[in-house]
Amino acid sequence: MGLVHADEMVLNIGPQHPSTHGVLRLKVKTDGEIISEITPIIGYLHRCFEKHCENLSYEQVIPFTDRCDYIAAMNNSLGYVLAVEKMMDIQIPERVEYIRVIMAEYNRIASHLLALGTFGLDVGAYTPFLYMFRDRERILDLFEITCGARLLYNYMWVGGVSHDLPVGFVEASYKFLDELETNMNEYHNILSYNKIFIERSADIGIIPKDIAIDYGVTGPNLRGSGVKWDLRKDEPYSIYDRFKFNVPVGKGLMGSVGDCWDRYWVRAEEMKESVKIIRQALDKMPRKGDVHEALPKKVRPPKGSIYFRTESPRGDLGYYIMSDGKPTPLRVKMRSPAFTSLSALSEISTGWMLSDVLVILGSLDIVLGEIDR
Amino acid sequence: MIINQKVSDIFQDKFPGVVILPEEPHNDYIQIQPEKWNGLAKFIKTDSELKFDSCQCITGIDLGIEEGLEVRYNFHSMKLKHKIEIRIAVERKRPSVPSVEQVWRGADWLEREVYDMYGIRFKGHRDLRRMLLPDDWKGWPLRKDYKTPNIYNGMKVPKVRKGWD
Repeated sequence: MGLVHADEMVLNIGPQHPSTHGVLRLKVKTDGEIISEITPIIGYLHRCFEKHCENLSYEQVIPFTDRCDYIAAMNNSLGYVLAVEKMMDIQIPERVEYIRVIMAEYNRIASHLLALGTFGLDVGAYTPFLYMFRDRERILDLFEITCGARLLYNYMWVGGVSHDLPVGFVEASYKFLDELETNMNEYHNILSYNKIFIERSADIGIIPKDIAIDYGVTGPNLRGSGVKWDLRKDEPYSIYDRFKFNVPVGKGLMGSVGDCWDRYWVRAEEMKESVKIIRQALDKMPRKGDVHEALPKKVRPPKGSIYFRTESPRGDLGYYIMSDGKPTPLRVKMRSPAFTSLSALSEISTGWMLSDVLVILGSLDIVLGEIDR
Repeated sequence: MIINQKVSDIFQDKFPGVVILPEEPHNDYIQIQPEKWNGLAKFIKTDSELKFDSCQCITGIDLGIEEGLEVRYNFHSMKLKHKIEIRIAVERKRPSVPSVEQVWRGADWLEREVYDMYGIRFKGHRDLRRMLLPDDWKGWPLRKDYKTPNIYNGMKVPKVRKGWD
């Protein structure tokens, strides 16, 4: 009699699965309950963003960038318009700069609220999800009174924004921010320091510093591993150098540095910093000004190429734009932060239990629209 | 960007003949020959003065039907906080570049995406498959000479742009 050979089992998660946050397929090789290999299979949401861009004028690309990362549309189009503006060397009015920062930070909070809420869902906590959606709803309301849309805004334009802030926006913002700050403590009580939540997420799916950098993981996932890297601080774009805010990094408060709880905690803390930025921007913003003042008559950047990065809620969002002087770009490439985060999934989840994989995936905060483009 | 000049000087010093000097001097990028790229990549990752530990972006570009293809790499150093762009030109007929997937693990998927869209083969890549498109896709869609097929897997591809404009 030979040895009993326990075969590896191949398990298929997705493409349609509530915990994959979109249409993602994972081919998981398991040895009992332990993961030995994961192969993510992506492309189910591929909408040919880069091919479309080659046939569209520069302004027409903006709605497409919104649809790439539909959770943080403001941040995505901000990166694109800043890149085009840098190529064309356009000076932006003060008021527009402030409005852009306010909108981008609001969208960051909304995105993080969704990330934390769905992360809670993955772990089995349903109530916090509803609490967080309550607050996200208020942000979407603010967007709605500004530009009419709740999810895909087409708000950032090359040289300006589509609509000026409506009457009452500033007052409503102050009121909302006060309430949000008290609500954030609620989240900590209901989710962050919940014993079951900590048991499920602390010490799970640790990403060591060097592996995170090697894979090109950025944003809250990298900061969760203890690397203090935030483009808003280290390579300030727009007017981010005028604001005072901290960059929270994972400290391993509940387990080790770089575990799922740390990534969760970095996002929760980052929302507080975003609130600080919005407050400062609301205080300093010029009360009057034409938001359409600097709109160029023709958007036609000179020959050349640029690689421009901004800090989106998911990490370093880069645009590689190459122009040959024609009205349509020669090439637009989006360097998606969630794409690189997902590429590290196989490495970090090998050796963990099957039930942990969905927690790790949830903690990476991926958006499939941005991965597949 | 002084770092580009510095990197270019170091390359010419240690790897003679690798850098293709531009006609007019500039500091935007460094154009190199593909042959020694793998060794060069290991060097810029580990050298104490450069330490480009993060591979940010790999972009494939088709410069036009008469021109060739190009692969552009954007590197960044988390420790020293500087960045460079490296460009490698490849021919259109049999495009191939040494893979740096084993130098930066993050380059794995980025290279696969370039292969998917442009058909540029990355020599030494351990798992060079299509990334975003289905495995049975034919052709390299982001090349300028790509023609949309009339029939894909037995399905007719709609070409009438009625109501689109």
